[in-house]
Amino acid sequence: MEVIRQQIGAPSEFRSRQLQARDMLRGDLEGDALEQYVGERVLTTTLDKAVAWGRSNAIWPATFGLACCAIEMMSIVGARLDIARFGFEAFRASPRQSDLLILSGRVSIKMAPVVRRIYDQMLEPKWAISMGACCSSMGVFNNYALVPSDKFMPIDVHVPGCPPRPEALAHGILKLRAKVQGHPPDGWRERYDAVGTEEVIPEEPAGA
Amino acid sequence: MPDATGLELIAHELRDADGDSVLGTEFAHGRAALIAEPRLVHGVLERLKARGYGFLASLHGCDYYPEEPRLGVLYELLDMHEVDRISVKARVDTGAPHIPSVVDLWPGANHPEREVYDMFGVVFDGHPDLRRILMPEDYEGFPQRRDFPIGGEPVLFTYNEENSYGKWQ
Amino acid sequence: MSATSDYRRREESITLSSETIGQGETHELLTLNIGPHHPATHGVLRLLVTLEGEIVRDVQPIIGYVHTGIEKTCEDKAYWKVIPCVERMDYLSYYFNAMAFCGAVETLLEIEVPPRGQYLRVIHLELNRIMSHLVWLGTSALDLGAMSMFWYCFRERETILDLFEMSSGQRMHTRYIQVGGVMEDIPSGFVEKLAAFVKDMPHRADQYAALLEQNEIVLQRLRNVCPLDEQTLLGLGVTGPLLRAAGNPWDLRKAQPYSSYDHFEFKIPVGTVGDNYDRFRVRHAELYESTRIIDQALEGLPEGPHITPDRKVALPPRHELATSMEALIHHFKLVTEGFRVPEGEAYYPIESPRGELGCFVRADGSAKPARVHMRDPSFVNLQATAPMVKDAYIADLIATLAMLDPILGGIDR
Repeated sequence: MEVIRQQIGAPSEFRSRQLQARDMLRGDLEGDALEQYVGERVLTTTLDKAVAWGRSNAIWPATFGLACCAIEMMSIVGARLDIARFGFEAFRASPRQSDLLILSGRVSIKMAPVVRRIYDQMLEPKWAISMGACCSSMGVFNNYALVPSDKFMPIDVHVPGCPPRPEALAHGILKLRAKVQGHPPDGWRERYDAVGTEEVIPEEPAGA
Repeated sequence: MPDATGLELIAHELRDADGDSVLGTEFAHGRAALIAEPRLVHGVLERLKARGYGFLASLHGCDYYPEEPRLGVLYELLDMHEVDRISVKARVDTGAPHIPSVVDLWPGANHPEREVYDMFGVVFDGHPDLRRILMPEDYEGFPQRRDFPIGGEPVLFTYNEENSYGKWQ
Repeated sequence: MSATSDYRRREESITLSSETIGQGETHELLTLNIGPHHPATHGVLRLLVTLEGEIVRDVQPIIGYVHTGIEKTCEDKAYWKVIPCVERMDYLSYYFNAMAFCGAVETLLEIEVPPRGQYLRVIHLELNRIMSHLVWLGTSALDLGAMSMFWYCFRERETILDLFEMSSGQRMHTRYIQVGGVMEDIPSGFVEKLAAFVKDMPHRADQYAALLEQNEIVLQRLRNVCPLDEQTLLGLGVTGPLLRAAGNPWDLRKAQPYSSYDHFEFKIPVGTVGDNYDRFRVRHAELYESTRIIDQALEGLPEGPHITPDRKVALPPRHELATSMEALIHHFKLVTEGFRVPEGEAYYPIESPRGELGCFVRADGSAKPARVHMRDPSFVNLQATAPMVKDAYIADLIATLAMLDPILGGIDR
């Protein structure tokens, strides 16, 4: 947000502004003078930017802890590094009420469809942070049982670490906030070039 | 731990009760182990339980590849009153991997036996509900056998990120 | 799907113990799926609960949602590199996982840990026990609705993690405990900070007690709820605070002391009834006892090396590498190949915050273990859920799960 400071001027300027304000209150100010008056005092922006600003400062994560990273995610809720001051006030239990899925921990092959289902249940615009090395890039355990999260869902920010310090996760969260403030496309399909991958339920043939 | 002579005495007693149930003894690093015949391991454990080793501390499997018989099931027993531990080892091969279940002696053997089945393929006869516990129910293969590949995914770096899972911007 | 129809068939075999309902009403059992994503389950645990109204008739835990194949990964790595893998199993008691594994390897190698190393291990193990109980207390109180406890417990936890960061550089999964001793000696300032923590902790524990112990809601929700007798627990293989709450004072630190636990004087809190309230009180009392152990270990901390002087197993100190050729060669061999362990099998049990944590290691003479298996206490304790919550309300199921303290990383490995 830019703050426009006006230089304090001469007393004659004050007098003319006082007369202008009186005219404004009477409804006598018109045309260019009115435009100028309003322009000096009101911050205008596009609605999209304002909405993006609001969205970025009130992202509510879903409670989704998988493994060790979940403990560090719990400690960012704690008092030392309080993410409530960034707007992450309430961790919602229901995915339908949350904006952000913080995948904290290793995703096994049994859990991957469950995670995907929860991500699908979230409403647009939704974001995902892959916290920790295991879900970002297989981490310590590169074996038969794990799936990297990029393979089945779109991730906006990857946070490395094993587990990432609370400060590291906060850095990732702030990067996500900057991304949201830049107003990227709302739907994940637009963001990740996946338009056209929607599931189409085949129409029932007539009489079936 | 019973010392070496104590272990031999126990083995002797068990052989008296049932001739071919105990195939041998091992004593190393202070750990006493009885090697039991898989078909008769239930009797061995029942007699050890009656003798005082009433707590089943652990039931796990081990793949002794390339030695045959390959799949071993190990029982770690604990006597809480004398503070004594003893292990029982039973080895089966992959051709006929059947071993009697001890869920009737210790109900807490339920999940560990399912895990040994899931990871090694050892079938426990008499288990009430032998299904996979850690892998998905329709998984094929027994992961912790030594000849099962470790698997894994290629890690994405900037140089190979174009090649893997879908387009990147 | 065959799995669901199979369950329907098994569900029909559950008998109803209640009397008939009059006025032509019918009875039906409801199968409810709790999890794997649910705010109250501690980790990704899935429960198939069969309900009659609000009363639980049967509970079937389904696990495997965070199975990482750690034991298989360990077979591929040198013994030194197995320690970080094994630490991530029961992710709240990472020092205990490393201790069990290192103890098993030390048994196979037949090496002695120097006394300073043993005392440092005890200090860090008991700090980890306090930290694990604090997280349990915070999250369990959160489940019961007492949300402020979460922040108080995590405040104490941050102090403990600062101490871990001082001694090893990492907050969690520190790989501080190595084969033969500990990785590094404690830095200057650690002793003062630890002494300040030890002085402060009993007061904090008193504050937690003042908040919760006589609280009417906690009493109503935990007193006489879901008790389980000692014999059933022993048959199920349950150890740790759950068994001690039922009255059996079995604690491996006293029964089979390891790593100089027999040098310290501490009591074992034991419950009487075995209900949820006893489990809560036992774990809370263990906070005081662990603080006492740390105090005694700090006072009696001996001088000496922190890791075994056997250069074939432990890295030589860095200043020796400039002057001694043997040290350089040992360093090279240890870092590239690792030490070899002669053939053998070992099972090393220790007392973790949740019960008996045992590590089974089979060595085949090479630099990599042939089998590493952790007997995890939560895996076995989870089988006690079904007998505990039979005929209790579903709210009691949530409270009992909290008091059971399952850690899914250890269960699924």
